[in-house]
Amino acid sequence: MSSLAANQTDTTSPGREQTFCTHCDLPVPSGLIESDADHQFCCAGCRTVYGVLYAGGLEGYYRVRDATDAQRERPTVTGNKYDELDDPAFQAAAVTTDEGGASTELLLENVHCAACVWLIERLPRVVPGVSESRVNIRTRIARVRYDAASTKLSQVARALDSLGYPAHPARGQAARDARTREDRTYLIRVAVAGAIAGNIMLLAVALYGGQIASIDPLWESVFRWISMALGILSLAWPGRTFFRGAIGALRTRTAHLDLPIALALAVGGIWGTINTVRGTGEVYFDSLAILVFLLLVGRWVQHRQQRSAADQVGLMLTLTPTSATLVDEGGSTKSVPIESLVAGSTAMVAPGQAIPADGVVTLGDSDIDESLLTGESRPVAVGVGSPVAAGSINTTSMIHVRVQAVGEHTRVGRLMRLVAQASENKPPIVRLTDQIAGRFVQVVIALAIVTTVVWTIRADAETALGHAAALLIITCPCALGLATPMAMSVALGRAARNNALVKSAAALEALSKPGHLILDKTGTITNAKTTVARYAGPDELPMLAAALEQHACHPFARAITDAFPEAPSPGHTTHVPGRGVRGTVNGCECAVGSPEFIAGLASDDQLASLARACNDARAEALTPVAVWGEGIGVGVFAIGDTVRTDSAHAIEQLKRLGWSVTIASGDDGSVVDRVAQQVGVDHALARQSPEDKAALVSRLVNESDRPVVMVGDGVNDAGALAAATVGVAVHGGAEASLEAADIYLNDPGVAPLVGLVRLASHTKRTIKLCLAVSLSYNALAATLAMLGRIDALTAAVLMPISSLVVVALAMRPPRSSRSR
Amino acid sequence: MSVLLIMLPVALLLAALGVWAFIRAARGGQFDDLDTPPLRAVFDDDETPPSRESPPA
Repeated sequence: MSSLAANQTDTTSPGREQTFCTHCDLPVPSGLIESDADHQFCCAGCRTVYGVLYAGGLEGYYRVRDATDAQRERPTVTGNKYDELDDPAFQAAAVTTDEGGASTELLLENVHCAACVWLIERLPRVVPGVSESRVNIRTRIARVRYDAASTKLSQVARALDSLGYPAHPARGQAARDARTREDRTYLIRVAVAGAIAGNIMLLAVALYGGQIASIDPLWESVFRWISMALGILSLAWPGRTFFRGAIGALRTRTAHLDLPIALALAVGGIWGTINTVRGTGEVYFDSLAILVFLLLVGRWVQHRQQRSAADQVGLMLTLTPTSATLVDEGGSTKSVPIESLVAGSTAMVAPGQAIPADGVVTLGDSDIDESLLTGESRPVAVGVGSPVAAGSINTTSMIHVRVQAVGEHTRVGRLMRLVAQASENKPPIVRLTDQIAGRFVQVVIALAIVTTVVWTIRADAETALGHAAALLIITCPCALGLATPMAMSVALGRAARNNALVKSAAALEALSKPGHLILDKTGTITNAKTTVARYAGPDELPMLAAALEQHACHPFARAITDAFPEAPSPGHTTHVPGRGVRGTVNGCECAVGSPEFIAGLASDDQLASLARACNDARAEALTPVAVWGEGIGVGVFAIGDTVRTDSAHAIEQLKRLGWSVTIASGDDGSVVDRVAQQVGVDHALARQSPEDKAALVSRLVNESDRPVVMVGDGVNDAGALAAATVGVAVHGGAEASLEAADIYLNDPGVAPLVGLVRLASHTKRTIKLCLAVSLSYNALAATLAMLGRIDALTAAVLMPISSLVVVALAMRPPRSSRSR
Repeated sequence: MSVLLIMLPVALLLAALGVWAFIRAARGGQFDDLDTPPLRAVFDDDETPPSRESPPA
């Protein structure tokens, strides 16, 4: 479409004014310009949307759009009927009803600017039954409140569709609500800790000033008591999270950064309280409150960054289809949510749609693309009686399927159980800071004991305890606790800008050390779609073939039309199921299809060259598709999954960084070997079932202390993705693989992984630098404390300064030139 | 200095009030979406749809 528009623009003479679409402001292709009309439209979508806007009195949309300088985009109007939204089962799950009416959440496509928000929130003017519509531009979720008695949800969805915003039921509302509550808790903790820290600081200024300019002992004691009250509040309310973390770590006998933090907070709190009650000695409540505040800020920043990656992946899940077309005995069809399919019912699957449940074909012949399920790149021919699996894609023609198994009893469902098992058995990633925290606690406690013993001998027990407490408080690894989340959130943000969504910081950390890299073939190293690798034959024939295949959904047909997009429109065509297409193009009789089909049409002297070209293609594990034109001759396309142009280079770079690369594919040995050879990978495993892949990954994870990274896109990879140290799902992947993976690459291919690995090792270096600075600060502080030279004022100055230095380091950008 | 006996509780009370207001706002969802409300500010308040047949008087 866009290339067509570009062509038209080029042919326009420079003197002539270009015509722009009334709705989207983009150029109108000259073929669509209506010379006598007031309004010009570039496509049917724009015309529909303009009609709806005008009828609803919503021309204000154009004013808002022009005022906000939004990017122009062509609207998508699918014209779907959305009947599945009216199904009682769906309504019960997704629609809440109260005295104000029914309300539900819909995920909208194409929401991108202020004008979109304006338009969607004026939905009540288009659909009278809607009382309110609020959209969040970041999540693209609209909350719609409507009167269920007068209006159906499908009407609401159709209206949104006609405005150019195809609507999907926003699944996972419970999980989203839980996350929102968690977000609020984080924010409240930070706010409370900040307010307490600010107020304690005011009191601390008076106390420190009083030490220099002599304060009335009565007031000093009042200030100390109030400080104590606020300090204990800070430890007990927002600071509680550290104690919880520490107790959890103790219970599971693992090291965690919360452990030394909780130790310092506890010792500071107890020692400060004792000294407040006694009326002499240092109170550290100001330092402790600042500590709690800074640490919580760090964690909140990281939480937000991780959260937005998880959110975006979650939204992609919502876009997968949720409805099926049910056929009843009378033969009439109805669209229903997938959940309401039962064994024994019959579903209709149109070409291009996913098969909703496991079953048997009862009507029609077609080819099924099972690549997401099995990794097999070539479609499988099915006819009446053939079994089909949920999640595979019907490609050529409409079929009816009698449902045998639904939900978790399907092949996909069993694979999902494999995913659940694999993620349970997966050992957690030990993070650098936690590793260090374990040692840190031991060293600090040992030093505290030495301090107590030495000072008891040199002075008295009271002095000794004071110095030991000061040591434990000032060595609190707050700089470290703040630096890691900061460095991580900077890295996660950078990854997100490069279209890599990282769901957990630990996964990014694990990528910094080279280990085993296991790559799926189809859709990862090779293009997700099959493409034409070569063509042999007369030059005129590919155009004729592309013209004949224009309306076919078979992957091979798509490969041909993608390779030759400027094909003319065909005349009369006949589809011969399982064999090919025959018809006329520009008056020329021609056909395209399987070599056997074409052999029946070709003359005897053409058969030899046809057979030779087909054998050449098969020798390279490619599939031959033949084309014949009356009076022109025969040609052969060699079609298969072709290696992405950047794969070999990316794999080469990863190998140079120290990764050992293996290919594990569900496809045939000949295909896998050819691809492995092309990208320079020595280890290639073919015919791997999903279980094989998961077992391979689990074995490597258990045997090796290096990280095992699995990269894949299909349902068949999901188990392996979950079992791996880090699972990476690539662009265009199946729903299951999105859920199982830790990282989602929004660009196709292996190449983005190289950038991510580099980013991971840069981040690891940054963290190590922060660690070195923060540990040397701690060594200095510990020395001072053991010598008895630390008082509350020194602690109050030293602690935040060290934190700020380390945070500044954590934010440092990667060196602009790539590091070797 | 005895003015502090009044000022200290007042200051702490004000702080507590601020914290309470913030918590209420956060629990009420005021900070859930920080991207869309700034966009709503640019919309004109033409909440009555202009009628097509008879122009508004």
